[in-house]
Amino acid sequence: MNFDFSDDQKMMRDSARKFLGDRSSLKVVRQALESDATYDKALWAGIAEMGWLGTAVPEEFGGVGLGHLELCMIAEEMGRALAPVPFASSVYLATEALLMAGSDAQKKAWLPKLVTGAIGTMAVSEGTGSPKISNTHVRVTNGTLNGVKWPVADGADCDLLIVLARGGDDRLSLYLVDARGKGVESEILKTMDPTRSAAKLKFTDAPAELLGVAGQGLELVQAINDHAAVLLAFEQVGGAQASLEMAKEFAMQRVTFGRLIASYQAIKHKLADMYVATELARSNAYYGAWALSTGSSELPVAAAAARISAIDAFHLSSKENLQTHGGMGFTWAGDCHLFYRRAKWLAHVIGTNRFWKERLISQLERKNAA
Amino acid sequence: MDFNDTPEEAAFRAEVRSWLEANAPRKQNANESMRGRHSEAELLVMAKKWQAKKAEARYAQITWPKEYGGRGGTPMQQVIYNQEEANFLVAGGFFAIGLGMCIPTLMRYGSEADRQRYVGPALKGDEIWCQLFSEPSAGSDVAGLKTRAERDGDGWVINGQKVWTSGAHYSNFGIIITRTDPNVPKHKGLTMFYLDMKTPGVEVRPIRQVSGESGFNEVFFTDVRIPDSQRLGAVGEGWQVSLTTLMHERLAVGDSPGPDFDELFELTKMLELEDGPAIKNSAVREKLADFYVRGQGLKFTKFRTMTALSRGQVPGPEASIAKVVSASKLQDIASFGMELMEAGGIIQDKDLSPAAGLFQHAYLYAPGLRIAGGTDEILRNIIAERVLGLPGDIRVDKDLPFNQLKAGA
Repeated sequence: MNFDFSDDQKMMRDSARKFLGDRSSLKVVRQALESDATYDKALWAGIAEMGWLGTAVPEEFGGVGLGHLELCMIAEEMGRALAPVPFASSVYLATEALLMAGSDAQKKAWLPKLVTGAIGTMAVSEGTGSPKISNTHVRVTNGTLNGVKWPVADGADCDLLIVLARGGDDRLSLYLVDARGKGVESEILKTMDPTRSAAKLKFTDAPAELLGVAGQGLELVQAINDHAAVLLAFEQVGGAQASLEMAKEFAMQRVTFGRLIASYQAIKHKLADMYVATELARSNAYYGAWALSTGSSELPVAAAAARISAIDAFHLSSKENLQTHGGMGFTWAGDCHLFYRRAKWLAHVIGTNRFWKERLISQLERKNAA
Repeated sequence: MDFNDTPEEAAFRAEVRSWLEANAPRKQNANESMRGRHSEAELLVMAKKWQAKKAEARYAQITWPKEYGGRGGTPMQQVIYNQEEANFLVAGGFFAIGLGMCIPTLMRYGSEADRQRYVGPALKGDEIWCQLFSEPSAGSDVAGLKTRAERDGDGWVINGQKVWTSGAHYSNFGIIITRTDPNVPKHKGLTMFYLDMKTPGVEVRPIRQVSGESGFNEVFFTDVRIPDSQRLGAVGEGWQVSLTTLMHERLAVGDSPGPDFDELFELTKMLELEDGPAIKNSAVREKLADFYVRGQGLKFTKFRTMTALSRGQVPGPEASIAKVVSASKLQDIASFGMELMEAGGIIQDKDLSPAAGLFQHAYLYAPGLRIAGGTDEILRNIIAERVLGLPGDIRVDKDLPFNQLKAGA
């Protein structure tokens, strides 16, 4: 049994923790909260310099040529630090989409840019609701794209868009769009986690190039999301762990009725529950990492379990951390809401818990019938 | 990252498997078990036979030193043996408390003569041991116990009552913690002994549990005389001795056997609700997903623990979450399975109830798993204090003599 990360991989995690501790402290995150900037450009440049954007990208496309296990280690630290950068959009989604479905020419054109700091993202939703044929109106005709997508995470800052749209045959496909090219207008939307940005994108005859097989749009989105679910789960586990540590630190110095609040069972049991949820999520995320890194047919089930467990753990830990802080937790000046907001953001980006629970059971039914 | 054995582990697994193939029948399916089709008395006879075979092949306690009949093996080898044995239809369970908790305590605190006399027969299954700790007014707070042991010449006289004693009715010996000095604070006045369960004055009465079964007992002690040579550890040091025993208990307790995700999943395919098969109902599917995720989380947490063992490391604190998650999960799965049966769920009948009444039975025994071997509340305290490093509770009785406490009055 060797169900753990290697010493080298853990060393990567430690160095990521150190780097982000210096460069993405909660003070830095708060600046993102309070400024109009959509992300922290200095931090993003630093991350690109560290080579993290190309962790799982082969060297022939400018990447470092490591694998998903190493990327999981970095993801955990990005989550712990609440890094205010488009890492998830660009690395877990756009880069993974190109690696999975891009032609050699498309990979050559975009991956070297993405690993050096260009930003990519996916534009799937058109408002509320789960994406499907009946609520996807954006359309590609004769190689140009028209319509409106929102919310698009990091949509106002990106260089590359991967858009779910109707093709000429009325089937859903994925398309690559140069976000800096003609026919793309963006409007920044107010998000409930201002340390992460989202936009509404309006396409007017924007040139679009098919990515992957025509008509396989929804299937591709799901396959990409299976990858992203595992990587996001590590971010969520990192965030849940940080919330737990923050709650503990506060409880160990706050005195009420003549004793530390950490000595009350009401607080101890609350923190124990946060610990249990975080460890269960970590274990599920590990299995997701194994399935992702080995290309296992177990990935759809493992990714769904990792995502559900991680959403639950970060939700619980972030809300109970705020609760442990009492009135201080409810202030803008306190940092609890940074985690509370990020937990919700991460819970929504690639489909919510309800969606993934249904996916998990339908995948288990399929496996069971086979 | 992989799930493979090391070459040494694979070799040991192959050796164990071929020994098991030669000595026991394979299970037809994973849930097949001896329980339910044999009486306890029949099971005991079969279990003793199997234990003797295991001891002879030195598989009974793999991590024990060779001089005591073990093979000086690693915890990982014990895990591998347990995994393999689980695929075979054999009787067991009677020796876990004795070999897991009582004998290790005796090995550490007993005399050389004690070790020579008792370790071998316990290992072979000839003699069974029980643990006489809890009392009617001392459960989670076991140091508040009242059973007295008083000096009488060169021996001791024991009076009092123990409770929740698993297997006392078929045990030959027990280790018992008693109060020898009520004039000092509660943890300081305790002393540990062992005794023959046939000693005059010992009376065992089974307790009927919620589930209707009787695995536990009350044990009464009336002027029970034992020699001082049966003392384990110094007079007044019983609490320290008990920590050795309980440390072994925490390692032993974890799983909550019973209907799990797979059984519930099968049930949802079988049952019809108002809008069609239960498996097609979205509320049911969401519940199924929750149970699956909790179960997988536990399974892979165990894999992480095994990885540490395999690498020769001490398992991390994550090992402490197993029971607090699994016992509640079992209770919830049992309750939800019954809910899907609608009015029929109230019937507990092997022939009429779906899955032969598995869910109803589990609903009734699950509460015990949330209490035995550390209640959910005590386990959360342990996680909070030992894993997270939060302060212990304020103990108002810590420095007061036992006979001045409410509990001691």
